[in-house]
Amino acid sequence: MANMKMEKNPMPEQDPIVRASNFDEVALGYSAEAAIDEAKRCLNCRDPRCRTGCPVSVRIPEFIAKVAEGDFDAAYDIITSTNSLPAVCGRVCPQEKQCESKCVRSIKGESVGIGRLERFVADYHMNKKGKAKIEEPESNGHRVAIVGSGPAGLTCAGDLRKLGYDVTVFEAFHKSGGVLVYGIPQFRLPKEIVAAEIDNLKAMGVKIVNNAIVGKSETVDELFEDGFEAVFIGSGAGLPQFLHIPGENLLGVYSANELLTRVNLMKAYRDDYDTPIKHFGRVAVVGAGNVAMDAARVAKRLGAEHVYICYRRGRDELPARKEEVEHAEAEGIEFNLLNNPVAIHGGEDGHVTGIELVRQELGEPDEKGRRKPVAVEGSNWILDVDTVVIAIGTSPNPLIRNTTEGLTFTKKGGIEADEGGVTAREGVFAGGDAVTGSATVILAMGAGKAGAKSIDKYIKSKG
Amino acid sequence: MYKVVTKRFLNDAKTICLFEIEAPLIARHAQAGQFVIFRLDEQGERVPVSVAGYDREKGTVTVMVQAAGRTTKMLHTVAEGDYITDIVGPLGKATEMDGLKKVCVVGGGVGCAIAYPIAKEMHERGIEVTFIGGFRSADIVILKEELKAASDKLIMCTDDGTYGEKGFTTVFLKQEIDANIAEGRPQFDRVIAIGPDIMMKFLADVTRPYGIKTIISLDPIMVDGTGMCGGCRVIVGGETKFACVDGPDFDAHEVDFDSLLKRAAFYKDEQDAAAQHICNMTGGKRNG
Ligand SMILES: Cc1cc2nc3c(=O)[nH]c(=O)nc-3n(C[C@H](O)[C@H](O)[C@H](O)COP(=O)(O)OP(=O)(O)OC[C@H]3O[C@@H](n4cnc5c(N)ncnc54)[C@H](O)[C@@H]3O)c2cc1C
Ligand SMILES: Cc1cc2nc3c(=O)[nH]c(=O)nc-3n(C[C@H](O)[C@H](O)[C@H](O)COP(=O)(O)OP(=O)(O)OC[C@H]3O[C@@H](n4cnc5c(N)ncnc54)[C@H](O)[C@@H]3O)c2cc1C
Ligand code: SF4
Ligand code: SF4
Ligand code: FES
Repeated sequence: MANMKMEKNPMPEQDPIVRASNFDEVALGYSAEAAIDEAKRCLNCRDPRCRTGCPVSVRIPEFIAKVAEGDFDAAYDIITSTNSLPAVCGRVCPQEKQCESKCVRSIKGESVGIGRLERFVADYHMNKKGKAKIEEPESNGHRVAIVGSGPAGLTCAGDLRKLGYDVTVFEAFHKSGGVLVYGIPQFRLPKEIVAAEIDNLKAMGVKIVNNAIVGKSETVDELFEDGFEAVFIGSGAGLPQFLHIPGENLLGVYSANELLTRVNLMKAYRDDYDTPIKHFGRVAVVGAGNVAMDAARVAKRLGAEHVYICYRRGRDELPARKEEVEHAEAEGIEFNLLNNPVAIHGGEDGHVTGIELVRQELGEPDEKGRRKPVAVEGSNWILDVDTVVIAIGTSPNPLIRNTTEGLTFTKKGGIEADEGGVTAREGVFAGGDAVTGSATVILAMGAGKAGAKSIDKYIKSKG
Repeated sequence: MYKVVTKRFLNDAKTICLFEIEAPLIARHAQAGQFVIFRLDEQGERVPVSVAGYDREKGTVTVMVQAAGRTTKMLHTVAEGDYITDIVGPLGKATEMDGLKKVCVVGGGVGCAIAYPIAKEMHERGIEVTFIGGFRSADIVILKEELKAASDKLIMCTDDGTYGEKGFTTVFLKQEIDANIAEGRPQFDRVIAIGPDIMMKFLADVTRPYGIKTIISLDPIMVDGTGMCGGCRVIVGGETKFACVDGPDFDAHEVDFDSLLKRAAFYKDEQDAAAQHICNMTGGKRNG
């Protein structure tokens, strides 16, 4: 008999006051009992709408049925038949816009906690002792190069390795994982999880070369000369955008990327690492997506007294995951909604002293149905801050664009590729943020999968 | 892990040290004017240093590093045969040399190490090179022989006159420019200056009235070196540029030195604290 409770089983969390000063994971995960209870809320629909909301079509009702039976191993196998990074997706997918948005139980009450269950199953598997040893598939002798070790590149690498390809991933940074390691903070996605996934890939025989910047250390053409038969580009969208308002070069203005990289990748928050980080007093974060929430919560954890989100639209338009907004608010992040920054002010010494904001009203909806903010004339005011973090988005890095012939690009700088990752240049495939601009982990993984399929087809077609 | 195959101090005061490091991917493409980023160990910072040389056959790159703060001091304690954890590159654009005939290269302090490979390559390409090298005093002078071999004319100077001429590089640059005019010789078609920001600012002032295109190599604070953090932004010709991908070379007459000088001092307190910390606690080594 299904569990007809209207609400999801609550997620145990670290207390907001405690967690706002540590970098440990916020959400603690379901216990086995809670997971089984939550799984019983699933109606096991004959025509499961939840699946249509998942970009990689996880077999949701099937795995949940196994959780309800307490057979977590079987559940794990079902999930990983279509999703190779469940511990990551369970934590960071915007479920309320994807799988859970389609769940029938959300018509009356809350949807089934699909993401939480996915995370539970993945964590159960990861913590289990005596796992079966990972088999290294036999090589088919064909070599493929992957550029970038984010979710797109890693997924593509894993799928191709399973098919027998000899795969080498080239990664610019000293650590692998892309945004999963340098962007998303420890308290949301522990780096040990990403490291475990990467170890699994290595155990399967995927080679990863760090400190290798394609376009600088070697070009795509040289990869072909070196004997790679196909190249998949999953180089992400790491180029930070700035506002282009006065004062943006003052001291104390960071891109979210700089702040997050210093903290996540280079562990500035730990005393035993050398990375310098400024002490923050009052911080304004411009933007309201996942990146902005992460930057704000990091600043808070580094000891800032006040952290303000400044965003020109309203609450209903906040682009971040719902859970992140709630977590941020609980941790004391203050929201200055309907406020658009027009200038950053500084003192004699070149340090930031404040950010000038203009109040906004919501006007007519635009093409996407989002109501457009309109400035209220004469409503400028200055918020006293010593630090400004710009988190208004990123675009694809121009490095590959500038060093690779034969590719075509979108107006926004993305590599042009079809659904299968096929680009204008023979043998070169692309996917993830490098193609779409910043999107989501799961979409990048989907693109990695599609790319692997196309590469397999391409190499086989050549005989 | 990357092996240090050669280590050698370049001056009596042991302030600048040469390291030849095994890094075949970098050696294959490195060019004068580019840089690399290294990390000593797992807890280390990412530190940018210029490519001072490379051996494509051996697969090595050479860097010359001044002990400035915590990381560079620790690097100086790494022995020949030891390994460093990471090195990535080559980053940034190579120095433009095409079409040049007569160039004056000016180096200040450790800037001479960065300027040296540029002078050397220009000299090898048949460009007439005048090199002006400035130092505080004799004990920190580097590359005496190498610079002689890499230039047609070499002027070395120190602030206190303990080696070579006495005086600042600006004085000697102006002298050379004026001498070209007085003696009817062709003027420099480019000046390349590398050194402390303040020196480059004054050198830019020297060449401006003569309209000689002047290129300087900037070294703002960097994190990734691939255009991803924006920490290295500098204002050039009124536009924001990222020194790691758009540079490090820029037109000195377009650079906004005011904002550059302020940005460079931003982490000063933290760095001083960190450098202090390492010296007091362990005398230069991280783990004992
Ligand atoms: C702070 C932050 C928070 C986010 N939060 C969420 C979230 O909660 N949920 C969600 O679904 N999504 C989130 N996202 C978005 C998500 O992380 C990205 O959409 C996803 O990581 C894209 O994957 P990718 O593989 O295309 O690229 P990336 O993850 O960006 O990886 C690209 C990799 O390629 C490397 N690279 C780049 N150029 C080169 C080169 N020339 N040679 C070699 N290597 C190169 C980069 O160093 C990087 O490691 C967030 C993003 C950020 C920045
Ligand atoms: C493109 C580029 C090329 C460089 N080439 C060389 C070189 O060939 N030889 C050499 O000795 N040095 C070079 N530098 C400077 C070198 O990176 C710094 O001296 C080094 O980062 C100091 O690190 P530290 O931890 O030892 O000192 P810290 O304690 O971090 O700082 C000491 C001093 O160095 C400055 N500094 C700190 N970090 C940087 C940084 N990332 N970039 C610039 N200055 C910084 C600080 O303002 C401070 O005054 C270069 C820098 C750049 C950006
Ligand atoms: S991968 Fe993401 S969207 Fe798909 S079922 Fe899991 S949490 Fe939902
Ligand atoms: S739509 Fe909801 S209730 Fe139906 S199968 Fe999917 S998760 Fe279960
Ligand atoms: S060092 Fe990060 S953008 Fe230049």
